[in-house]
Amino acid sequence: MSNNAWRNFKGRVWKEDVNVRDFIQANYTPYDGDESFLEGPTEATDKLWGRLQELQKEERAKGGVLECETEIVSRMNAYGPGYIDESMKDLEKIVGLQTDKPLKRAFMPYGGIKMAEQAAATYGYTINPELVKIFTQYHKTHNQAVFDAYTPEMKLARHSHIITGLPDTYGRGRIVGDYRRVALYGIDYLIEKKENDLSHCGGGNMIDKFIRLREEIAEQLRALRGMKKMARIYGFDISRPAENAQEAVQWLYFGYLAAIKTQNGAAMSVGRISTFLDIYIQRDLREGAITEKEAQELIDHLVLKFRMVKFARIPSYNALFSGDPVWATLEMAGIGVDGRHMVTKNDYRFLHTLENMGPSPEPNLTVLYSSRLPENFKKYAAKISIDTSSIQYENDCVMRPVWGDDYSICCCVSATQTGKEMQFFGARANLAKCLLYALNGGIDAKSKEQIGPKYLPITGDVLNYGEVIEKFDAMMDWLVELYVNTLNLIHYMHDKYYYEAAEMALIDTDVRRTFATGIAGFSHVVDSLCAIKYATVKPIRDEDGLIVDFETEGDFPRYGNDDDRADEIAIWLLKTFINKVKGCHTYRDSEPTTSILTITSNVVYGKATGATPDGRKAFTPFAPGANPAYGSEKNGLLASLNSVAKLPYEYALDGISNTQTISPDALGHTEEERINNLWHVLDGYFDKGAHHLNVNVFGVDKLRDCMEHPEKPEYANFTIRVSGYAVKFIDLTPEQQLDVIARSAHECM
Amino acid sequence: MVLGRIHSTESFGSVDGPGVRFVIFTQGCRLRCRYCHNPDTWKTDEGGRMQSADELLDAAERYRSYWGSEGGITVSGGEPLLQIDFLLELFQKARQRGINTCIDTAGQPFTREEPYFSKFRELCGVTDLFIVDIKHIDGQRHIALTGKTNDNILDMLRFLSEIGKPVWIRQVLVPGITDDDVFLRRTAEFIHTLSNVRKIEVLPYHSFGIYKWEMLGIPYSLADTQPPGKDRVANALRILQA
Repeated sequence: MSNNAWRNFKGRVWKEDVNVRDFIQANYTPYDGDESFLEGPTEATDKLWGRLQELQKEERAKGGVLECETEIVSRMNAYGPGYIDESMKDLEKIVGLQTDKPLKRAFMPYGGIKMAEQAAATYGYTINPELVKIFTQYHKTHNQAVFDAYTPEMKLARHSHIITGLPDTYGRGRIVGDYRRVALYGIDYLIEKKENDLSHCGGGNMIDKFIRLREEIAEQLRALRGMKKMARIYGFDISRPAENAQEAVQWLYFGYLAAIKTQNGAAMSVGRISTFLDIYIQRDLREGAITEKEAQELIDHLVLKFRMVKFARIPSYNALFSGDPVWATLEMAGIGVDGRHMVTKNDYRFLHTLENMGPSPEPNLTVLYSSRLPENFKKYAAKISIDTSSIQYENDCVMRPVWGDDYSICCCVSATQTGKEMQFFGARANLAKCLLYALNGGIDAKSKEQIGPKYLPITGDVLNYGEVIEKFDAMMDWLVELYVNTLNLIHYMHDKYYYEAAEMALIDTDVRRTFATGIAGFSHVVDSLCAIKYATVKPIRDEDGLIVDFETEGDFPRYGNDDDRADEIAIWLLKTFINKVKGCHTYRDSEPTTSILTITSNVVYGKATGATPDGRKAFTPFAPGANPAYGSEKNGLLASLNSVAKLPYEYALDGISNTQTISPDALGHTEEERINNLWHVLDGYFDKGAHHLNVNVFGVDKLRDCMEHPEKPEYANFTIRVSGYAVKFIDLTPEQQLDVIARSAHECM
Repeated sequence: MVLGRIHSTESFGSVDGPGVRFVIFTQGCRLRCRYCHNPDTWKTDEGGRMQSADELLDAAERYRSYWGSEGGITVSGGEPLLQIDFLLELFQKARQRGINTCIDTAGQPFTREEPYFSKFRELCGVTDLFIVDIKHIDGQRHIALTGKTNDNILDMLRFLSEIGKPVWIRQVLVPGITDDDVFLRRTAEFIHTLSNVRKIEVLPYHSFGIYKWEMLGIPYSLADTQPPGKDRVANALRILQA
């Protein structure tokens, strides 16, 4: 292996085998200082970001899409080189675009040709009919395969929105390749390793599991060779390891670029790259090869690229995941297994991109939080949160015991060990609707169709807690089994027709798989059960005898007030659901997990769900993720946080998302007070064992003004955190904008 | 055991003393400040609920992990010093639990007469910080603004200075009432005579509380008053902190 590339790097294990975690632990430099070392943007950064903002403006003016490919199927090497601007290409320190032009959306038919066609058509483009013919008549897509195999029951559940957002019309995503491997080892070594794996796969006993794996490894090898070719188009030889910081950043980005050229997964996360890259930058700084200004420029330019990742989506997808997100999620900080914190100067540099180039939803910057992080870093992160509302925090202290100290977040809140694991993403089951089915004997009161099993409906005039729980439990059994089976089928087909060769090439062949289910409507079910238990809930029936609304008399505890009576029901609900999931067979021996995370789909799910006994009106949005229902938090921010913190992470290993908006005045009078109060809130919340927090700091007035005057330049990049990701407020649908406004901001008293 | 008449509590007090604090709002106040944003806490003998010190401290401690080394509890109001027996028990018990204590007061009940004065001295022993609102430095204008004299309030500040108890001074800046440079300078001069002032804050008047006056059916006399501009707030701070 090239001695020059690894000069002055310590350690042994990582040199003998692919082990980036060991490399990081042996070589990273924890940083305890403050942000004073940071440098502003270079002239090149200003020019490139300026140009990109012009392009983004054009994109918005054209209805959200600048250009769509109609002639070329996206592949790793489908295009020649592309740049932000031909005339400025020498300014780009880090190069590589998904297509030949900036913000142009690739044609990606493998997930489903209909969707690819429809996405283009939505923005006025027509896919070459020859291509449509090829992917209809001659080559099967994932989507077609799934629908070939779906049972009538699955189609009904999907159609009635009790299970929604399934990755059956788009790439499942959520697989994070260990892109760092490209930089540390170079492609040739990775090929050697995979060839070795292939030669040891299936000897003598060629059963289907080995046959499939051999084909997959062959695909991975093809992808690795493709990456080399792709880099060569831009004039780089990534067959060897990176020899300096610029190469390390570039090599790593090529790995990621290979993924986003070949897959259009909902979440295409970058992973835990900050500390890794810091090692290269530190070495160059020590050698006097680069200055801090140049180091920042590398990170700024890498981030510019993450801000440009685009996929062509259909309107119903945009309604689910609003604002064009790609979840280029990128982690920083955390604590190592050996007890050292893992904050490096590079973590500051990544946060600083939000100052150098203004707020932005992508990359989805994620701080792996612990109260034991250095105070300087906590303060800087809090300051950036207050200024930009663009970062999310996740509790390293609950994740580290499960996932170690080299996990990445593969979407919003889902951890996977980098390079060791992959995830089968499974959208979410609508438990609020399930509760209504339980009351109505499996009939959907909206369509009057029999969707669930024909169990006996509730017939009394007052809902009895014991009776409701019994029926709900039985209906959940039905839903979970159907849900898991549907996912099994989807992932089988995804592996077969839309395999993620580029990502999987950068993950160990002997991969651990998790099976990520999810819950929607969480807080409404909890509050509804509270209402039934502690107040008097009378069902209101329509002319067909179906329960369509409720009359609730008396007060009842609600989730979000640190009231154990409600919070215990919340814990019960989570445990009951995941235990049912664990009872099912999951595809490819994957380990079942669940999340309480809705992304922005809380609006769509809510729209498909009738009134609930907690007082939520029919067909109105759910609260997002694990958030308490709007208006139910009566005891202030910390009481609400305490409720969410009680949900045990061990039962929701795919994550528990909470989004809070705090008005600046409620956080303190001065900037210093606001910073101090915010990191203390984070300390307190995460020390209680909570998992995740999206922090927004702005007043509702600003949102209203932004909705009325989206054209104001100050709002062009105005970013807010929604459940699990960040989004430009002006890119949300009006419906979702109103939903964000409606949520109770914690205002000053 | 003395029970307190408590209006409400707030889990996340961010501007009520150092750090993140659990705020207990007591019921009852004798001042009738024309800009009061909590007129619902005025009545002393009704409203609120009766709660024990332990009950409140148990509730507060659910938020202990958010306090860090600076935060704790703050008793605000209403006027906490009207319930001094309760306050004393609450803070003694808080001390036993190692909780930082702070009183947000307008000082109106203060007197050097017994038995109040001894109790007050004892309370000072278990209080980490006083946040004192100076409503108006001028006696006559204080009466016009609040209905009561400020003699004993200023005297309380002198006493706290004598015993070296840390104090934050607050001035609500109301255009046309408290933002006159002449009075601000007089306030500054008075503050200069004190040795224990750790912080001076200027709070711009806001009208968020008007709806409560309307709900209670009390006429609101400052309906036409607008919040002060940023320059006026800066000006007041400059004068008071000079």
